[in-house]
Amino acid sequence: MTAYRQKDISLDLLGITKVYPGAIALNNVSLSIRGGEVVGLVGENGAGKSTLMNVLSGAIAPDEGRIIIDGEEVTSLTSARVHERGIALVHQELNPFSNLDVTANVLLGREIRRGMFGFLDQAAMERKVAPILARLDTRFGPNDAVSGLSLADQQLLEIARALSIDPRLLILDEPTSSLTLSETKRLLDVIRQLSADGVAVLFITHRLAEIEEVASRVVVLRDGRNAGTLGCGEITKDAMIRLMIGRDVGQFYEKAEHDPGRPVLELKGLRTKAYPQHPLDLCLRAGEILCLTGLVGAGRTELVRALFGIDRIEGGVLEIEGQRLVGHSVPAAIAAGLCLVPEDRKTEGLFLDFSITENIAMPSHAALSRLGFVDIGAEAALAEASRHKLNIKTAGLGRAAAEMSGGNQQKVVLAKWLAMKPRIIILDEPTRGIDVGAKAEVYRLMQALAVDGVALLMISSDMEEVIGISDRVAVMCRGRIAGTLARDQLTEETILQLAVE
Amino acid sequence: MQKKDIGLATLVMTVGAIVAVMNPRFLSPINLANTANLIGLFGLFSIAEAFVIVTAGIELSIGSVIALIGVIFVDLIASFGVPWPVALAIVMALSVTIGLLHGWLITRLKLQPFVVTLCGLLIYRGIARFYTRDGTAGFTFGSDFPMLEYLIAGRTVGVPHSVVAFLLVAVAAWFLLHRTVLGRHLFAVGKNPQAASFSGIDTTSVIIQAYVLCAFLTGISAVFFAMYTRSVQPSSHGNFYELYGIAAAVLGGFSLRGGEGSIIGVVLGVILLQVLQNLVNLLGIPSSLNFAVMGSVILAGVIADTQFSRYRDARRQAIAMAALEDTSKPQA
Repeated sequence: MTAYRQKDISLDLLGITKVYPGAIALNNVSLSIRGGEVVGLVGENGAGKSTLMNVLSGAIAPDEGRIIIDGEEVTSLTSARVHERGIALVHQELNPFSNLDVTANVLLGREIRRGMFGFLDQAAMERKVAPILARLDTRFGPNDAVSGLSLADQQLLEIARALSIDPRLLILDEPTSSLTLSETKRLLDVIRQLSADGVAVLFITHRLAEIEEVASRVVVLRDGRNAGTLGCGEITKDAMIRLMIGRDVGQFYEKAEHDPGRPVLELKGLRTKAYPQHPLDLCLRAGEILCLTGLVGAGRTELVRALFGIDRIEGGVLEIEGQRLVGHSVPAAIAAGLCLVPEDRKTEGLFLDFSITENIAMPSHAALSRLGFVDIGAEAALAEASRHKLNIKTAGLGRAAAEMSGGNQQKVVLAKWLAMKPRIIILDEPTRGIDVGAKAEVYRLMQALAVDGVALLMISSDMEEVIGISDRVAVMCRGRIAGTLARDQLTEETILQLAVE
Repeated sequence: MQKKDIGLATLVMTVGAIVAVMNPRFLSPINLANTANLIGLFGLFSIAEAFVIVTAGIELSIGSVIALIGVIFVDLIASFGVPWPVALAIVMALSVTIGLLHGWLITRLKLQPFVVTLCGLLIYRGIARFYTRDGTAGFTFGSDFPMLEYLIAGRTVGVPHSVVAFLLVAVAAWFLLHRTVLGRHLFAVGKNPQAASFSGIDTTSVIIQAYVLCAFLTGISAVFFAMYTRSVQPSSHGNFYELYGIAAAVLGGFSLRGGEGSIIGVVLGVILLQVLQNLVNLLGIPSSLNFAVMGSVILAGVIADTQFSRYRDARRQAIAMAALEDTSKPQA
């Protein structure tokens, strides 16, 4: 271990590929880092940053690609190897042990012992931890209980833990997401110091300004591939965004002009289980794409779960085509012509081990059966028709849904509902984690459905998508509908103002 | 027939052939008829168990229900002089009630199937023993029910009626599980209850139906067992039968995680277990090793099955990689 510690790290990932059935997480991605460098890693959600992190931390082994560390080629980075080579990782999710104190958390697994029985040497451990905390200028001391720390302090604790192994490579995943401005400044100073001492720092963040300030090189990922690298002097916010998005946004969302029709779905003072104190009013018209947006936890998914009959409605009225729904349940919602493409495709939308045909036919069984017996011919015909209509790419409809790409899986979920000829389709984050081509197809399909008079209610956190495809946007904030915006009022600022109000 | 079923059928044939070669008495009409009779008796409740297992549930009270229903059926006829069709109707109604109760506890009170049916195992056994004051319920000497005995314990051209009943139930169960909407929904609820309810399937009703179906078939099986033994000793009658049922279903490709399995598989599983039992007897293996032989075969079967699914996952990964190579070529 000490042998490696003498010199600066040199790490190269070459052509790393990681495939999950149904999704390509990393496609031929390369990343190099040397001691003393501060490399920024940026990309949109789902671009592959977290998978690359997991490869770096030894949590997953890549399917293809070479890893060269300190000039030696290794097949994968195991967590033992990561530790041995002095790679420290600060995770985005904070998992401190709230039942232990700060010192115990920082040195967990590397406790200092003494004497023949190997008792913990509390004093020595505190002597080791105190200077690290001083370096980060924390408000808490080595003896403080972790259960009392704020989110920002917990983040600093994680960073202290990483620094305590004297890393040669420090990987920071969104380290500033809950830090205040002065704490962030302090952290950036520490990064500069470390880099001057020859430590390599890989810095992953959505806050591009921080990268502008501290990075000497930026690697951009898009859709699981390298989108480009920016060297010193080229690092600007605009350059990074151009590489991250890498496509002409306007062309992506072609809007067909048509007038929305009569109201098909009306909420009058509806109260959900999650936020029963806020009655909600909303009206969705035939042929309209209404987008429900807001921050995570604003109550969007909870609202659509209530509309679809999964969660109980606590009060108020839900009307579909002027008919008041009573005794709401999923079968009742489906019978009324409402369906939901759920947020989590793999657990809520699909039976991964079942064939594509069975998945598509699942809700239509009543229509495809005689005296309770399934009409296998009709089932196959429905699946075949759906394959053509939605351009589902598969080697065979008898294949398990797990064997398809994310985009095609989403098309199967859509197909199963289109077979029911719904009047209202609710889509919860319909394009999350699917590739650009499939995204475009989903948008085209949504437009075509709207033109046919189907009402679409879409939940999305992707601002571009919200602005690109919606006829109208309802912004939710802490369980309330903070406001609705017409198409000509849509800008990122107007939406965000309502969302964080 | 699924690939798994073909593999199992081959195994049954192989074991049968080996036994036949080592001891020709295996193929004697008496032995075949006896083995077939046992296959029929055990098969009825094994199919019952399969309907619950496919929903990712478990039914541990089968043996106790067989004892309780057996005791009540025999006692109604022998002690109370109830006409047997009425007695049959009463015990079947009781079975269905037990199924409804289990289904209700599991779906409405959200109790775990294992816990509910474990309590059932203890409760029904206790009631059966209390009911007869730990004595044996049997037909009094000389009592005669020719019609009942012919129907339940009789034979037609040498074929035991338990086998006929088993085959009829198996065919009906095959259609029910593999060709009806309810069957599809049983698989769906067992595989992914969340996606099932998101697809508009009434999961509560489907699960209750599975337990009712299981209890109904267990009731039929109980009547056959009561007439086969002609006297029911409530402390031992039907002991461990739920485990035979689970073993047959698991051998037949049912996963305890739910959503997998076939009726042909469970039928073959029952046959294999009984042939193994027969093998122990015919080859002079100490009968104390009976369970050990069964356990080893089931373990081997399950290991083979998990290896198969690992192979399947690896193949999926390979397909995904191949698809990736296809898409990356034009861009390269």
